[in-house]
Amino acid sequence: MTDSCSTPSPPLVEMRGIVKRFYGKPVNDRVDLTLRRGEVLALLGENGAGKSTLVRILYGLYTPDGGRIFVKGAPACISSPRDAMALGIGMVHQHFTLVSELTVAENVALGARPQRRGIFLDLPAVEKRIREFSERYGIRVDPAKKIRELSVGERQRVEILKVLSKRAEILVLDEPTAVLTPREAAELFEIIGALKRAGAGVVFISHKLAEVMAVSDRVMVLRRGRVVLDRETPGTDARGLSAAMTGRDAAETAPRAARSPGGPVLEVRGLRARGDLGIESLKGVSFTVRRGEIFGLAGVSGNGQRELAEVLSGVRAASGGEFLVDGARMRGATPRMLAARGVGRIPEDRMESGAILDLSLKHNLVLERYHLAPFASGFCLAEGEIDSHAERLIAEYGIVAHSVGIEARSLSGGNIQKAILARVLEPGPALVVASQPVRGLDVGAAALIHRKMLEERDRGAAVLLISEDLDEILAIADTIGVIYGGNILRIFPRGEADRERIGMLMAGVREGAR
Amino acid sequence: MRIRLEKRGPISFRARLALPFIAVAISFAFSFVLILLARANPFTAFYYIFYGALGSPTSLGETAVKTTPLVLTGLAAAVAFKARFYNLGGEGQLYLGALCAAVLGLHLALPRALAVPVIMAAGCAAGAAWALCAGMLKARLKVDEVVVTLLSNYIVIYIISALLDGPLKDPRTMWPNSPPILESARYPILIAGTRLHAGALVALAAAAAVWWVMKRSVLGFEIAAVGANPKAAGYAGIPVARTVVLTAIMSGGLAGLAGVGEVIGLHYDLVEKISPNYGYAGVVIAVLGGLNALGVVCAALLFGVLITGAELMSRYTGVPVFLADVIQGIVLLVMCAVFVFTQCRVRVTRRT
Repeated sequence: MTDSCSTPSPPLVEMRGIVKRFYGKPVNDRVDLTLRRGEVLALLGENGAGKSTLVRILYGLYTPDGGRIFVKGAPACISSPRDAMALGIGMVHQHFTLVSELTVAENVALGARPQRRGIFLDLPAVEKRIREFSERYGIRVDPAKKIRELSVGERQRVEILKVLSKRAEILVLDEPTAVLTPREAAELFEIIGALKRAGAGVVFISHKLAEVMAVSDRVMVLRRGRVVLDRETPGTDARGLSAAMTGRDAAETAPRAARSPGGPVLEVRGLRARGDLGIESLKGVSFTVRRGEIFGLAGVSGNGQRELAEVLSGVRAASGGEFLVDGARMRGATPRMLAARGVGRIPEDRMESGAILDLSLKHNLVLERYHLAPFASGFCLAEGEIDSHAERLIAEYGIVAHSVGIEARSLSGGNIQKAILARVLEPGPALVVASQPVRGLDVGAAALIHRKMLEERDRGAAVLLISEDLDEILAIADTIGVIYGGNILRIFPRGEADRERIGMLMAGVREGAR
Repeated sequence: MRIRLEKRGPISFRARLALPFIAVAISFAFSFVLILLARANPFTAFYYIFYGALGSPTSLGETAVKTTPLVLTGLAAAVAFKARFYNLGGEGQLYLGALCAAVLGLHLALPRALAVPVIMAAGCAAGAAWALCAGMLKARLKVDEVVVTLLSNYIVIYIISALLDGPLKDPRTMWPNSPPILESARYPILIAGTRLHAGALVALAAAAAVWWVMKRSVLGFEIAAVGANPKAAGYAGIPVARTVVLTAIMSGGLAGLAGVGEVIGLHYDLVEKISPNYGYAGVVIAVLGGLNALGVVCAALLFGVLITGAELMSRYTGVPVFLADVIQGIVLLVMCAVFVFTQCRVRVTRRT
């Protein structure tokens, strides 16, 4: 692709001093990124570290608040994906954007430079080009097949073909292996190798250390929006990367002394579940959470913890196994049955599942109990009771709201989470299942939520805390489990857990195998 | 230069209250242009519309008669839309209610105090049952209710056409209509000398009942929650499928009641075109009324005025009566457009 080797060609992409703030909070803080021809750059970091934001800026989905971008040496203004494609930048999203009723060739033709014969689409020409690409890069896929007939791995290859057919030389792959089987992932790595040899540049976002070590030429680690490490991959090791990702220097809060835990409240036995794509994402996990214990389940998101939380919350069917609450089998129970059993549930997507933003705050506070006394008598709602209940919880949980009747939509994320917490904890649940309870919250709201969860534990509730924030788990959990690839790799008491070991397990590096 | 729509924050209660008025004003402005195209003076035309609808006791009575079914179909749509159950089958449900009323009205030889309530209940049930089919399909099989309810209108209307040409046909006339129903099966006339019947009170009572159910009852809470966010409602344990089904029943029942009123309050027989699209007008009225019972009554009154007054306007200015239908259509389109601006603001960016 390069015409001469004598003059050093400028890097494919250079991002300098990129700054992006959301609501005043920097998510990219003076980030520099360089991508050369024939290079695979791995972007590594925990969720919320700013990786996705950075590549979205490169792809024109976000406008940076500061910094400059150069593509092949020339300053570039990328204000939409269309601009990015014109500059040869293509992105393969984690969630595919394919039309399942159309064939591979038709999908590739969609949005590409139209290959026409008169007013008709020249599909044979598109198919021919797909075959060319397939041969050159070893991308095996049948252009005449419909998308719905393809496996997840094949669909991803179609996405890559789509990007290549727009003559992209810079490929951004956003967590491409998250949905793949190991075999499919290996095939993807071969394709990446072929692209690299052809002179393309690849930015590869991942959480998984092993594959980063295997595929990338250079690795860049982001933590809290800043670059903390940028080095040739051969000069790094899994341990160093894991430490850079999690930040071993972060201050650790000493866990408060737990009273010795009581009898089991939640018993999970060989629980299995399928994810949204129909693939088994939870592959038979077993653990027990006892009275007066916070069980912290650590893991990078996408490793089955969402499915686990949804099964335990009654909104996803399990495909195998069983779970018991206070000795009663609860697999298949509805959310209302679980609530009646004393299971309090805090969902991961608070704006989607946790609260109804178009309803008032006071109604959100009784969302699980509006049909019970004292909030309802027969068919009538007791608005007076609902109001005074809301006033009490607003005071107790420090929810900042002008009135009880205000629409939940106008509250901040932290206040919505406090409202959900108030709703869940107020009846005094025997078990609390909390998913990512402080993600995206400011320090004050996060501290309040942690304090409340510790109070619940001390009251004698069992708490299952699912989080990808290791600091959070180390700060309040009494027992720590690590989930990876749908399995719990290890469970240890807080005293035996150290940050480095958990970090390695979270990245899928099994002990003794490094 | 680039024009983009960007999401905006919530708008104030006051701004939301002003929306229907803005929409009506814009729609009237559009219809001014149309009236000009029909070579008439828009001010004169609107004067005759309002005079024709409100100018005398008789015309006031006529306006109330036209408003009555519109309140009921408007409530039917409002209740359903609140739960995000897009029932466009008000027309068919109305016709089924009318059919029930006609059949019972012909044969139910009971005193009025018994006959009328029985007919009302039966008409309600017929409309509800028809809507229930779509509700079950949506709740159980996730079948899109828009298509089902819309197409089911035609089924009912054609069945009724067939009946009016066959077993239900009045043998004494050559028109496709049923024989007149029994005297004892009719709504009483409220004001002698007008056609204003007790159905108007039924509609107002229904509006009050809907208001209470939506604001004060457990079911209303569930409807609002399911409509606003079915995912979060399900997560919290609200029975989403049951709520959709109950909403469908309520909505269909209200539309059926509208059909009952047209037969036992106004026409006293079943005719082919018993509803000049009251069912569809109900959709516009519900949207214009902000899916709120009081708003629906106001919007229905506005449409009642337009429909009643359009005839006099047409007679004096030569503008076709269809203007009333056109204004209804414009109101819906403008209302939808205005909604976009409550969600988004337009941002124009200049490229450098």
